[in-house]
Amino acid sequence: MDQRRADRALVVVPAWNESEVLPSVLAELRQHVPHLDVLVVDDGSTDGTTEIVRADGSAQVVTLPFNIGVGGAMRTGFLYAERHGYRAVVQVDADGQHDPADVLRLLEQVDAGLDVVIGARFAGVGDYHVGFLRRAAMRFLSVTVSRIAKAKLTDVTSGFRASSARAVGLFAREYPPEYLGDTVESLIVAGRAGLSIGQVPVQLRERRGGTPSQGVVKSIVYVGRAVLVLGLALIHSTRPRDED
Amino acid sequence: MQSLVGVIAGILVLILTVELLRRHALREKYAVLWLLISLIGVTFTVFPGVLTTVSEKLGFSLPSNLVFALAALVLLVVGMQLSLEVGRLEDRSQRLAEELALLRHDLEALRGDEQPEDDARD
Repeated sequence: MDQRRADRALVVVPAWNESEVLPSVLAELRQHVPHLDVLVVDDGSTDGTTEIVRADGSAQVVTLPFNIGVGGAMRTGFLYAERHGYRAVVQVDADGQHDPADVLRLLEQVDAGLDVVIGARFAGVGDYHVGFLRRAAMRFLSVTVSRIAKAKLTDVTSGFRASSARAVGLFAREYPPEYLGDTVESLIVAGRAGLSIGQVPVQLRERRGGTPSQGVVKSIVYVGRAVLVLGLALIHSTRPRDED
Repeated sequence: MQSLVGVIAGILVLILTVELLRRHALREKYAVLWLLISLIGVTFTVFPGVLTTVSEKLGFSLPSNLVFALAALVLLVVGMQLSLEVGRLEDRSQRLAEELALLRHDLEALRGDEQPEDDARD
């Protein structure tokens, strides 16, 4: 345990080929939360993300040897935070959708005693447009997960979230690395472990990098996978330790 | 003639399994299954009476139906086992990748002012 870090939070930025936008995200973090440490997890990027973070100099960077997905990248971040004794972790996406100005609002709720705080769209602030199908699926997910998590959640697929030290300890071991595991299933894992979950309304910004997933076919696939993930999460036993 | 083909096939699988085991190419946990299969195959072809008796006892109208049913079952089990193994390997390699990334980070931090290696990525 590093005592200096015990009262500090870590911002984890999972990044996969977002080198165009990443520097501005880092700059905004410097501006809004200069006192927080920032860790970029380069998820096997091929666009020199690691070098860009090093050149920027304001953040630590951990480089995965190949792309393992957001869930795995975040688990790496949680492991890092746990081993370095941070008191909380805030996930901020590298595509610029999450406003670094909201980071402290999320952390305030962690200080108030919540274990997982979601920066939620659809919660009254800002407008965020998605297709009908996707919106219906998101609502369905929200209602179901809310029931399990015993909290009223309106946006369970948001990646913008803060985790307390307790949640970091849990997620470092059991963050589901599969599709949607980092968002939907992780909430179920947290809810089952008895962690308290809440949300803070945030305004999402236009993504400035990457390509958003849209289109009818993609939406249908998304809905199908979401329902499957949710169904599996409901019948999952506690994730077994891999230790034979 | 038909039984000769069966015997040869069974023996070939047996030889292959043993040879792969001998070369350490096949782990014993998978080998047991294949050895069992080839032994059963050889037994049935050398002693066709066994197959007929067993299939009658189990209520199969044709002995070959028993063979097909068994074959399908075996493939199902093998496929399932391989899926399990692949999933476990995937999970492990992912965790190793995470540990590797963290270790590399710590190593570079320890090196301090030294230039970070450029050949760390391929």
